[in-house]
Order: sequence, then structure tokens, then C-alpha cells
Amino acid sequence: MNLKLRVWRQENSQTPGNFVEYKADDISPDMSFLEMLDIVNEGLIKRGEEPIAFDHDCREGICGTCGMVINGVAHGPLGATTTCQLHMRHFKDGQLITIEPWRARPFPVIKDLVVDRSAFDRIVQAGGYVSARTGGAPDGNAIPIPKPDADLAMDAAACIGCGACVAACKNASAMLFVAAKVSHLNILPQGKPEKNRRVLNMVRAMDEEGFGNCTVMGSCEAVCPKEISLDFISRMNRDYLHALWRSK
Amino acid sequence: MNLARVYGSSLGKKYIMAITGLLLFLFVIVHMLGNLQVYIGRDAMNAYAELLKSKPGLLWTFRTALFIVAVLHIVSALQLAAENRNARPERYAAGKPIATFASRTILVSGLIVLAFIVYHLMHFTLGVTNPEFLELHDSLKRHDVYQMVVDAFRNPWVSAFYIISMGLLCLHLSHGVSSSFQSLGIRRRATAAALNRFAQVAATLIFVGNCSIPLSIYLKVVK
Amino acid sequence: MKLDAKIPSGPLAEKWSKHRNNIKLVNPANKRKFDVIVVGSGLAGGSAAATLSELGYKVKCFCFQDSPRRAHSIAAQGGINAAKNYQNDGDSVYRLFYDTIKGGDFRSREANVYRLAEVSVNIIDQCVAQGVPFAREYSGFLANRSFGGAQVSRTFYARGQTGQQLLLGAYQALAKQIEAGGVKMYPRTEMLDLVLIDGHAKGIVVRDLVTGKISSHAADAVVLATGGYGNVFFLSTNAKGCNVTAIWRAYKRGALMANPSFTQIHPTCIPVTGEHQSKLTLMSESLRNDGRVWVPKNKGDNRPPNEIPKEDRDYFLERKYPAYGNLAPRDISSRAAKEVCDEGRGVGPGGRGVYLDFADAIERLGMNVIRERYGNLFEMYERITDENAYKTPMRIYPASHYTMGGLWVDYNLMSNIPGLYVIGEANFSDHGANRLGASALMQGLADGYFVLPYTIGDYFASERPAKPSLDNSEFKKVEEEVAERTKKLLSIKGGRTVTEFHRELGKLMWDKCGMARNEAGLKEALEKIPAMRREFWEDVNVLGDGNELNQSLEYAGRVADFMEFGELLVYDALQRDESCGAHFREEHQTADGEALRDDEKFAYVAAWEYQGPDARPILHKEPLVYEEVHLATRSYK
Ligand SMILES: Cc1cc2nc3c(=O)[nH]c(=O)nc-3n(C[C@H](O)[C@H](O)[C@H](O)COP(=O)(O)OP(=O)(O)OC[C@H]3O[C@@H](n4cnc5c(N)ncnc54)[C@H](O)[C@@H]3O)c2cc1C
Ligand code: HEM
Ligand code: HEM
Ligand code: SF4
Ligand code: F3S
Ligand code: FES
Repeated sequence: MNLKLRVWRQENSQTPGNFVEYKADDISPDMSFLEMLDIVNEGLIKRGEEPIAFDHDCREGICGTCGMVINGVAHGPLGATTTCQLHMRHFKDGQLITIEPWRARPFPVIKDLVVDRSAFDRIVQAGGYVSARTGGAPDGNAIPIPKPDADLAMDAAACIGCGACVAACKNASAMLFVAAKVSHLNILPQGKPEKNRRVLNMVRAMDEEGFGNCTVMGSCEAVCPKEISLDFISRMNRDYLHALWRSK
Repeated sequence: MNLARVYGSSLGKKYIMAITGLLLFLFVIVHMLGNLQVYIGRDAMNAYAELLKSKPGLLWTFRTALFIVAVLHIVSALQLAAENRNARPERYAAGKPIATFASRTILVSGLIVLAFIVYHLMHFTLGVTNPEFLELHDSLKRHDVYQMVVDAFRNPWVSAFYIISMGLLCLHLSHGVSSSFQSLGIRRRATAAALNRFAQVAATLIFVGNCSIPLSIYLKVVK
Repeated sequence: MKLDAKIPSGPLAEKWSKHRNNIKLVNPANKRKFDVIVVGSGLAGGSAAATLSELGYKVKCFCFQDSPRRAHSIAAQGGINAAKNYQNDGDSVYRLFYDTIKGGDFRSREANVYRLAEVSVNIIDQCVAQGVPFAREYSGFLANRSFGGAQVSRTFYARGQTGQQLLLGAYQALAKQIEAGGVKMYPRTEMLDLVLIDGHAKGIVVRDLVTGKISSHAADAVVLATGGYGNVFFLSTNAKGCNVTAIWRAYKRGALMANPSFTQIHPTCIPVTGEHQSKLTLMSESLRNDGRVWVPKNKGDNRPPNEIPKEDRDYFLERKYPAYGNLAPRDISSRAAKEVCDEGRGVGPGGRGVYLDFADAIERLGMNVIRERYGNLFEMYERITDENAYKTPMRIYPASHYTMGGLWVDYNLMSNIPGLYVIGEANFSDHGANRLGASALMQGLADGYFVLPYTIGDYFASERPAKPSLDNSEFKKVEEEVAERTKKLLSIKGGRTVTEFHRELGKLMWDKCGMARNEAGLKEALEKIPAMRREFWEDVNVLGDGNELNQSLEYAGRVADFMEFGELLVYDALQRDESCGAHFREEHQTADGEALRDDEKFAYVAAWEYQGPDARPILHKEPLVYEEVHLATRSYK
């Protein structure tokens, strides 16, 4: 199949960017979206043009490195799928595909489609952990955890930190990511002792990074490659209210 | 409970939005029930209005409370909206957003509702637009609210404006009410669908109830 | 050079505790006086950086991804082993130890492996305490599954995302230390060289991948936790960024490279679809618990799988290895698959694939159990192949997956360069000639949480290393060398892209030095690689410049190192004139095609010493002495 691409090119965070059109010819439907871009880039290099910069690593949908907005949808048209796991069979021959970086003030563009998501790391540093220093942990079976709780925690923990939720949200809100992180630990008995501090500090960090507020639009859930549920946002709102109540 | 924390944080502001929003929602319902008395007749409606005004102390505490609630709602709404704009300066060049129209336009619908409220107060309560309304009195020398409403909605433009505003209020609530349950952490996987339903039904009822008044008056069902 | 593995004396079971009691300690007040550089934030690096910082050392941690949480460990699916014996199926530290030694085909160090099995139990406890959501039974207790090469059920897992969850645990511990100021994290920063001062590792030279700035970092010790080099085959299950650069640079500075030819080919990967293929995707080995592997009995039988009756199917693993069946170890299963495909009985496009069939399991356990166990793997499979594995069998084929070889380290995980430690997949230590499933996560975390933090103290306490300083001319010198090399890569502006070279090298390595190797092929590779390398340095085209984000430049540097490393890998394969584990020399096999070891001649670790560009490296041998187990022919029949 042959495609027309409109790709966002931007030298660096200072210089403004713009769209550039490229042709992607004889693309196989079995290619992944990134493999399609690989081919385009090979062509560019041959022509002496700088290849399109985009982040990727595992290409298995688990590391959360890849991510671009494809025809206005973060990670592209296929639900519950990262860009690297999206295959060309989901596009039509001759289609025009517009490719943009995540857009959000807390995610400044580094180059072309590469953005800086370090804000997520700083949010986790603010409290996204259980303070269990190495050694001296009780036996793994000392505290039984009801299967439903363990499963729910796992649902939240499945978040790969890709940032698509922020990219999709009209308010560039990071609520889904933060809620997933908070819930994963707050649900488990191991996370209980730091429950309140955790949610208070992580929300503070989230606000300080300049993410928007959640007006419950649900776009984040719709694009999340790991299908993280809005329920976790509700749960975090609950945890936060409870923590506020307790806080002095 | 640390109040600075409440207003200082995004989630705190959202709690305020939600609670004030729900209070306003309650007011709108009660208010509608009061207004629906036009169908019972002049006497019932005027009596009700008289009753409300009979205890000025109560009335004014209520008015102040309502005013504060509205201001809180609006101010935090504007603040949140400003923060959101700031967090997301550019739009995407292609595609359309994956979110309900009501959720995307919540601010606009809110602002128009605000405009409506202002006009509405000048219209019926403060007598700015139609001073003569406040001069209407029925046989029992009560303020003839019934006549006021009937006169008002004889004017097609006024009726039209009310109906449009009600449409936007309905839009606002259809998202707002369910959203407030999420903001307050009440929503759960099991109840989510039910709460959304509730919001939509409530919003529609308010729309139908409120619009029926100007309509039936304009169509001379109520004279 | 004399290789001293520093294995403590005494009975195997007591070596580690005895050693821990004997090694010197650094007093708490002094710990903060020591700076440690940890390169890598995977399971090994992340856990080490966090733990060292908890102990009080000043830590700098580096990774090339944009966040430490994205290290390649995140991709691990299946699970992690531990000798907990929660299932009461007779598991024990000794059994885990023995399975691992046997799985490695008796080419690993007894003492290291025993220690690994010993601390495996602490790992699970530690991870649970961190909030890793391991799968649980309705009782609320931890669940287990069984994995290749073991007859007990000792593998702990978190859905199909065990590596992710374990890494998040380490990452969160690391995040806490970063917040506390104990660790300074450098993401998007690539180590491009090691700096030695008077023979001791004293720092590294790095390139900031965003600004392109080349700078030095000094420390009292350097820990490499930079993962495996499977990408030397171009197509592998490794993440695109995985590279040999860090350990290769260390090798060129004098660290010994051990058993580089021990590379594992994983049996259950999604087959190649075409030239465009950029990487291969693993289907967790755990699928082999319930999936049955088969191909048509007779070649040329291209009926759709469901129309092929049982009697026309060859369940070759069950046939050849009744005892272990579909759970036979990786090297064996992979070769078996290659065999049937070579016979022309392979399935799918290109005939390079075998079926992994769940029909019977679904019948036996029901759809829901299977969905519960493997749901996300089935989804992943469908996303890539557009086929529904609940209805038609999966197609799988072996692919390069893990590298047992790596920098040589002693019992303390220190390389032959004082102050240079190597942990995780980057070292050669525990897996011998073949790694058993679910044991790499175990090793990474064992090294990082429970071994290195103790042993590194011994170095500080006994050596009292001299404080390094960036003013030392060595740093400047190495920085210039690195800058020079980058400039060279950018100046060639030839006619071929980096990917083209990488593909060419990978294909050669896979054909001549992949699942099966023979002298002629290896010699041919030794002819070709230097030529390929020369062409690379004359004709590669790297655009852009060095002082900005330049992904082709990063890639070029990594491929350049693979071009050199590949040759060493082949030397090693040629030198080891026996078959063992994943290293299968066609000259040495039994009548029915099993690996034939030669313990007389090859019961040693092959450690290579760099001799300069295009000079043959020197081979050093560390004899493998077995005090506990006696070398047996590995049989899974
Ligand atoms: C698809 C897949 C599935 C697997 N499944 C399992 C499993 O189920 N069970 C199991 O036990 N094992 C499994 N493994 C193996 C296991 O995941 C790895 O061996 C292990 O995670 C390696 O961890 P590590 O910390 O040593 O290296 P990695 O996790 O690869 O970390 C390497 C780190 O080093 C950094 N780095 C590398 N080079 C440089 C450089 N030059 N400069 C700066 N930083 C650098 C990287 O940024 C990264 O942070 C699997 C492997 C793969 C590929
Ligand atoms: C009778 C009048 C009103 C009622 C009943 C009402 C009700 C509500 C409710 C229930 C919500 C949901 C709160 C949440 O999401 O948690 C809401 C949100 C909102 N309202 Fe109103 N509202 C009214 C008037 C207004 C006005 C006048 C404005 C004008 C600025 C406004 C602006 C908003 C905005 C912007 C939101 C979204 C806030 C957010 O979710 O972040 N509303 N409203
Ligand atoms: C068709 C619909 C409506 C009708 C017919 C209506 C009618 C009236 C009337 C007659 C009064 C004056 C009562 C009196 O002075 O005794 C009034 C007051 C008021 N209405 Fe409405 N109203 C309608 C909708 C609304 C809505 C949707 C809102 C809010 C969003 C609203 C807010 C108010 C307020 C705040 C007052 C002043 C109450 C007070 O005096 O304290 N009204 N309305
Ligand atoms: S919540 Fe979903 S979309 Fe957001 S970061 Fe996590 S995985 Fe990505
Ligand atoms: S899209 Fe944005 S508004 Fe809330 S529900 Fe998701 S964060
Ligand atoms: S590259 Fe890892 S998730 Fe896409």
C-alpha cells in the first residue's frame, strides 16, 4: 500500500516546528507503524535528509517509550494498542496520515516526535513507592492478599507510563497516570501505611508540574494502551478526600 | 482538614466545583417545582411566592448562601479552565477529540447559563428589564407572579431565549452531575452507568419541565 | 594473567554466609564518602543503585532511555524463580541450584549458582514488600507456575508482565532514593567509555543524548548493569536500544569478556513476516505449560492446522522428550524446531515456524482459565499476526533472546579490573551455556539487591581506593577519544545506512553462528566480519550533527561496536570445539542430534583479553571445578 504522511518536524524545544509531507510507498500491511517509519527514514537518509526522530525501544507495547498522535488520536486508531504494536493493516491504501508529538506544556518537544516526559518520574519520586528498604522483609506469604485486591492492584500497575492519557486530554491532565500509580500501591496492604502521604504528595507534584485538571472527559481511558479505568481516578479522588480530612 | 490545601490543589478545587454544582442542581430542581405551579393556577403560585417572601430573614440567608455557592462555582470554574488552557496551549492539527460534546463544552454552557441567570434576575427579580412586572398585584394584593410570568412569555423572543438557555443548562448538567460524582470519588465501576443515566434523566426532566412553561404560555395553554 | 574467581572455601551450602561474615565492612559514617557509578537502571542496575544508596553510598545512575523505568527488563513476561517450595512439591535451594547448573549444561560456577538459589527466596519477600502485585490464589497466598527445565512449580509471576512489575518495584525504590538525594539519575545519557587510573576503574565518559555534550564522571567504583548483547543478531527479542557498547568499551580497556558465544535462542517467538522486520516478539515460555508444539508429520502438508487430524501431527517435543515434553529447555526445544523446519515440515510463510496449539488445553481447562492465564499474550499475538490463537494454533519460531556470556567477574561480581563490577545480564556469571526460564530476573535482582551491596563494601574497606579527580588527565584523554570517534562517524557520509550494515551483520551471525554452528561456517564469518567492518567505516552514512538529539549517531556507535564484538563472539564459538547448552557445534552431536559435551577439554570459562584492533585476543581459561555435583550428560528424556 502507498500512504501520504504529514509529519511534525521540529529542530529542538526552542525553534518552532512545522508539518512536512512525505510519501510512504509499497508498505506491507504486516508492518508495524514504526517499521513503516523506519522505511521512510531509510529513504530520507538515502536522499541526504535527516530522518524523523521518534522515541521507541521494546517495540512490544510494554516499555512505554513510543508514542505519537496519529490522525489526532494518541497511539493511533486501534484501541488498547501502543504505536509500536499498531500495524499498517489498520490503514487504507492512499490514506493521508498526520503524525504529531504528544502536546502538553509539561511534555516539551525535544525533537520532531520526541517529547520530555520526565515530569512523570518526578511525580513518582514524590511518593509513588513503598518505603521498604532492602532486606528485613517478612516472608512473601506473611500477609495474604485477597485475589480480587491483588488483581485490582495489578490492573492499575499495568500502566506503562507512556503519557498518551495526557496527550489525549483536552486539559493535558495526568490524572489517569497518577491515579493508576496511587491506586496500585494504595490498594495493597503493603502500601497502606503511606496511603495518605502518598496521594497528597503525588497530587501536589502533579499540580506543580503544570498538568491540567480532570473535567471527566474520558479521552484518556479511551486511548490508554493498557485500558486503565476511570474508576482509578474516582478512587484517587476518594483517597485524596480522605487524606485531606486527616491532614493538619 | 487543611482548607488551604483544599483550595490550593487541583483536586480540592474539583471538590468545590462538584459540591457547589450539586447544590445549584438542587436549587434548579426545587425552583422548577415551584414554577410548575403555574399549571395549578394563579392563586397557588402567588401564594407560594408570598410564602417565600414572608420570612425575609430566611429568604436573605438563603439568597446569600445561594449567591456564595454560585460565586464559588463560577470562580473555581474559571480558575480551573484557565489552568487547563495553560497546560495545553496547542491543539492537534488532525482528527476530532474523543469526548462527549457536553463534556467538551462545559465551560461555554456554563457561561451561557450565567448570562441567562443575570438576565433572568433583571427580568423577574430586580425589575430592570420590565419594571412594570413588580407593579402587578392580584386581587389579594399579592405580587402577581403568575401574571408576570404569563406576560413575560407572551413575548416569543423571551420564550425563545429561555428555551435555548434551558437547552444549555441541560447540556451542562447532563455532564456536570455525573462528573461531580466522579470528582467526589462516589462513582464506582458498578454504579458508573447508573449515575450517568441519572444525570441525563435529571437534566432532561429539568429541560422539559422548565421549557414547558414558556411554551404552554406562548401557545396559550396557560392564560 | 591468572584468573582468580575468589570462591570462598568450605562446603557449598555455607560459602555465602561464611563469606558475608568474613568480608570487611565500611562503617556507616564513611559510606557517604564513597561515590559509586551505576550504569544501567534495569533490574540489576536499578536494584543496586537503590540499595547502595539506602546503605549510604553516593550513587550516580545512568540509562539511555528517557526514564529508568523503561530499561529492557520491563519486557520480561513469564516470571521469576525462587526456591520457596510454597507448592510443597519438593522444591529446595539445592534443587533450584541443581536445575540451574544442569540447565546451563555444567558450564557455570557452582558457588555462584548456589548463592543465586539461596538468595532467590529473599527476592520474592523483598518484591512483595515493595508492592509487586504477584499473582495470587483465592487463599490470598502467592501463586506459582512451572517453567522450562524444571519439574517443580517455582515460578512467581504477575500476569504476563512479571519483568515490568519487578522493574517498577526497583524503579520505585530508586525513585525514593532520588527524592532523598542519595541517587543522582542521568536518563538519556549513554556511557561511551570507561576510565582507568593506575589500573583501577575510576569513572566513565558519557554523551548526553539530548545536548550531545560529552562529559566525564568520576567515582570510587563503577558498576556495569547494561544488559545483554542479543542485538548482535539484528533480529532478536531485545529492545532496539540493547547494545554491547558499555561492556565492549570496558573490554577494550582491559576487562575480560567471558563465553561470548553462549547466546540463547528462545523457542517461542513470533516468526518473521518479511524484510521490513525490525525486531522479533517473544511469546512467553509459560505458554508451553498448556500449549502443545507440533508440525505436520509429512512435508508439504499445507492443510489448515485444524483440518490436520491428530495422527498426521508430529508432537515432536513430547515424542523426543517424554519426561519434559513441551517443557524441555530452550536450547533443546529451539534446535528441535529448527530440525523439523530444515526437514521441510515447517509451517507458515517461508516454512520457518511450528504450531503451538491450545485446543486441548482449552478443552481440558475451559476458555476462561486459558484467557485468565495468557489473555494478554493471545492479544499481543493477534495484534501482530491478525490471527486468533483461541481458534487456530499459534505459529512460533526460535529467535535470539538472551546472552549468557558477558564480562568475566569473580565471586564478588568484580571484573579483573579492580573497582569495576558487572551485574545482571551484562556479566557471564550464573547461567553457563544455557539459561533456564525465569532465572535472569532472579539473577539481576540477586546481584543488585543482595550480592553487590555486600561485596562492594569489601573492596572499599580493604583497598581504600584513592579519591579520583576529574582533573586527572586520563579523563580529558578519553573524552577526546570519544569525541574523535563521534566526529569520525559523522564525517564519513557514505552511501549505506546504519540499519543496512546491522542487518547484514545480523544475518551473517544468525546463519553462521546462530542456533547451530560448524567450523567452516565460523571460519567464513571470521573472513567476512573484518571486511564488513572496514566497509562500515568507509561507507556508512550518519546525518545530522553531534550536539543535538541524533538517533542515527547513537545507533551507528552501537552497531560499530557490534561489528567488532561479533568477531570475538565467533572466535569463542570456534575455539569451543564441543557442543554444550545453547552452543551447538554440528561436529559434536549424538546419533539423535543431542549436544555432545567434552568435559575433558572444555570444562572451563573462556575469558578473552583484548590485544588491540585487528589483533587476535588472548584466551584465558578459568577451570570449572565441581565439588558438589558430578558432571552428567544432560538428559530431559
Ligand atoms: C522479551 C524478553 C522476555 C524475557 N522474559 C524473561 C522472563 O520471563 N524471566 C526471566 O527471568 N528473564 C526474562 N528475560 C531476560 C531478562 O529480562 C533480562 O535478562 C534482564 O531483565 C536483564 O536485566 P539487566 O538489568 O541486566 O539489563 P536491562 O534490563 O537490559 O537494563 C540495561 C540497562 O542498561 C542501560 N544501558 C545499556 N547500555 C548503556 C550505555 N551504553 N550507557 C548507559 N546506559 C546503558 C539501559 O538504559 C538499561 O537501563 C526476558 C528477556 C526478553 C528480551
Ligand atoms: C444553575 C447553574 C449551574 C449548575 C446547576 C451547575 C452544575 C455543575 C455541576 C454539577 C458540575 C460538575 C462539577 C464537577 O465536574 O465535579 C459543573 C461543572 C462545571 N460548571 Fe457548572 N453549574 C452551573 C452554573 C455554572 C456556571 C454559571 C458556570 C460558569 C462559569 C459553570 C461552569 C462550570 C464548569 C467550567 C464546570 C466544569 C468544572 C470541572 O469539572 O472542572 N457552571 N457545574
Ligand atoms: C423557565 C424556567 C424558569 C422560570 C419560569 C423561572 C421563574 C422565576 C421567577 C418567576 C422568579 C421570581 C420569583 C419571585 O420573585 O417571587 C425567579 C427567580 C429566580 N430564578 Fe428562575 N425561573 C426559571 C428558570 C431558572 C433557572 C434555570 C435558574 C438557574 C440557573 C433560575 C434562577 C433563579 C434565581 C437565582 C432567582 C432569584 C431567586 C430569589 O429571588 O432569591 N431560574 N425565577
Ligand atoms: S495511564 Fe495509560 S495512557 Fe496513561 S501513561 Fe499509563 S498506560 Fe499510558
Ligand atoms: S481525558 Fe482528561 S479530563 Fe479527565 S477523564 Fe481523562 S483526564
Ligand atoms: S516501544 Fe516500548 S511500548 Fe512501544
